[in-house]
Amino acid sequence: MGSRLRSLTRWSMAPARDVDTALTPKVNVLRGLAARATTPLLPDDYLELLNPLWSARELRGVVVEVVPETEDSATVHIKPGWGLSGNYRPGQYVGIGLRVDGRWHWRSYSLTSTPRRGKKLLSITVKATPEGFLSTHLVNGVAPGTVVRLAAPKGDFALPDPPPGKLLFATAGSGITPVMAMLRSLRRRGERPDIVHIHSAPTAADVIFYDELRQLDRDEPNYRLHLVLTQETGHLDLGTLGEVVEDWHDRSAWICGPSALLDSAEHVWEEAGLADALHMERFTIARTDKGGEGGTVRFEISDKTIDIDGATSLLEAGEKVGIQMPFGCRMGICQTCVLPLDSGYVRDFRSGDEHGAGDRINTCVSTASGDCTLKI
Amino acid sequence: MAITDIKRYAHLTEADVEELSRELDAIRSDIEESRGERDARYIRRAIGLQRALAAGGRIALFASRNKVAWVAGTAMLALAKIIENMELGHNIIHGQWDWMNDPEIHSTEWEWDTTSPSVHWKKSHNFIHHKYTNVVGLDDDIGYGIMRLTRDQRWERWMIGNPVYNMLLGTLFEWGVALHGVETTKYRKGEKSMAEVRKDLRIIGKKIGKQVGKDYIVFPALTGPNWKHTLGANAVANLIRNYWSYMVIFCGHFPDGAEKFTREEFESETQAEWYLRQMLGSANFHAGPLMAFMSGNLCYQIEHHLFPDLPSNRYAEIAERVRALCDKYDLPYTTGSLGRQYWQSFATIAKLALPDKLLRATADDAPETHSELKFRVREGVRESFGQDPATGKRRGLRTALREMTSGELVTA
Repeated sequence: MGSRLRSLTRWSMAPARDVDTALTPKVNVLRGLAARATTPLLPDDYLELLNPLWSARELRGVVVEVVPETEDSATVHIKPGWGLSGNYRPGQYVGIGLRVDGRWHWRSYSLTSTPRRGKKLLSITVKATPEGFLSTHLVNGVAPGTVVRLAAPKGDFALPDPPPGKLLFATAGSGITPVMAMLRSLRRRGERPDIVHIHSAPTAADVIFYDELRQLDRDEPNYRLHLVLTQETGHLDLGTLGEVVEDWHDRSAWICGPSALLDSAEHVWEEAGLADALHMERFTIARTDKGGEGGTVRFEISDKTIDIDGATSLLEAGEKVGIQMPFGCRMGICQTCVLPLDSGYVRDFRSGDEHGAGDRINTCVSTASGDCTLKI
Repeated sequence: MAITDIKRYAHLTEADVEELSRELDAIRSDIEESRGERDARYIRRAIGLQRALAAGGRIALFASRNKVAWVAGTAMLALAKIIENMELGHNIIHGQWDWMNDPEIHSTEWEWDTTSPSVHWKKSHNFIHHKYTNVVGLDDDIGYGIMRLTRDQRWERWMIGNPVYNMLLGTLFEWGVALHGVETTKYRKGEKSMAEVRKDLRIIGKKIGKQVGKDYIVFPALTGPNWKHTLGANAVANLIRNYWSYMVIFCGHFPDGAEKFTREEFESETQAEWYLRQMLGSANFHAGPLMAFMSGNLCYQIEHHLFPDLPSNRYAEIAERVRALCDKYDLPYTTGSLGRQYWQSFATIAKLALPDKLLRATADDAPETHSELKFRVREGVRESFGQDPATGKRRGLRTALREMTSGELVTA
């Protein structure tokens, strides 16, 4: 009897098997049954026309409010739609897709909201960077009501539960964002580990969350803020870290910021033989200047890697290492070979256009533009 | 015997063909660079309209016992199915909207509302038909393995049923398309094993189960006592879609002037000549904006075959530029009214039911197929026409065809 019920449940939810659900997968029994009438679509594809949030086919949200933080940064509050679980860990990031001129662009940003039962709004804090096309849009151009796409929160840069007793946070610029989520969550949960927080920014006006950090510094005896204003004092030299935090050797270190900061932190902690105590979040992958010059291609699911030049297609690269790559016309017209690009950049032979992570690419007419990873 | 030397047939030099190809590339890059929000809004609205019609039709059919509701419901459902298959399914699966980077409107994700699984369609249509277009023996779409559509195909006794097969195909079009994915011609030639055929049949069977379940079980059951009327309405809606898709596809490929090519042509072909084959191998039909939309913009079949992955809403403007190129290179641009294009297609189908000995024209010079030998003049094949000494205008294929019809040009 039980097994018959189970197989009935399985049959019912079959068309909706892969759909994300926020609370319980049981919702998909209903969705799967309704999909018998909407096939090949899901009921979500119709409901979405009534309310853009009523679909879990692709995770999505609606921008509720954009609050400026500093001159060039803002916090975007997002109401998530169906299927997005509120069960993330402070310090994790979320992928966000924004439609600009008809095309979806994806970037990842650390969540600055804290996970709470019943309160579903997510927030990310974004700093507009001159080369960051999407960040500029998010800071200046997103009207409330705009529908954005979301990718489920992920990342290992998240405090264990319970948190370590002694912490060192070192952040620079927008690298403050994941740490802010951690600080907020610790405070809300009433946990008071001993924290030293070194934060760098050009001037006080550039410090995101300045007031909130100051207040923490005033109110919380276990939290010490050390601001480095680089226009006045120059960059923080991690070599002389001991002068600022005497006991840094004893602390679990969490560092987020530009590559230069992370590289030097890696060096310092390794020298001290403390690599295990160091946790870092890297935001950017180094991108080649000219592109189309080849690179190392990683095939994630098959776990294979190959170096190719800029004249070898990704399809050929995959075949060389023995992967059954999907292919058809081998001339870029049939779309059989399209695969999602997981990270890095590739270049289309025909147009010379560069594609980044989150794009789906024709492997038969694309080559690596620096290192990249394909999901196959 | 179909076209082997495409340059000679087109009355173009190698440099001409290269130049034509560069001009077509320029059209492609202009369109690619100007794709934007306007195009994205177009496809989103088309999808919204299609889903509203589908939902409206299904809801109306809950009252399918009422005649007005039956007619309105059936009409909306038929429209929804047509739009889904033509403007959405066919074009999205071609990757025309992949540039938006939207997984919900993407060639890798779209499953269309018909019995043919899109994974098969991508192979049989996007790959085989669009790469080997009109190459006799390579493109299965010349007759779909069940009809003789050019006298380049050898007559066999069973082909006497050509007009009947044609009618059946129109009626059962979605089933024909689904079975097309099995590639029976490959199986007959021994290029495909029974195990592979069985695997494909399983995939098709699964899709058919879902489609049939929806139209002939779930919705009739949901409408309770009206189930018979709903079932009938759904069948009629499917039938309307079948006839219309069949019309559009036949009028794009089988009117006179849609040329056929030999394997030798294909094997020695350059990318530039591929373009030329697509131009000479397809046919358009006249359509206003509404009919263009309902045909999935396949009234611009020539443009679609030149640029299968550019967004369909831009084919109208591409067509103006392609026509200008045809004028420049004095090439024919095959088009006509829907009625005329269908009549020509049907005439070919009917005629070719007969063996060649009962037909007058040869495979070098027949309405449905020509070859460069058509221009065999008394001292051998005449070279490119070159320029008209009086006007300085190019004299090419179009002029040659015209002069042959009028009798000005006398061939051997």
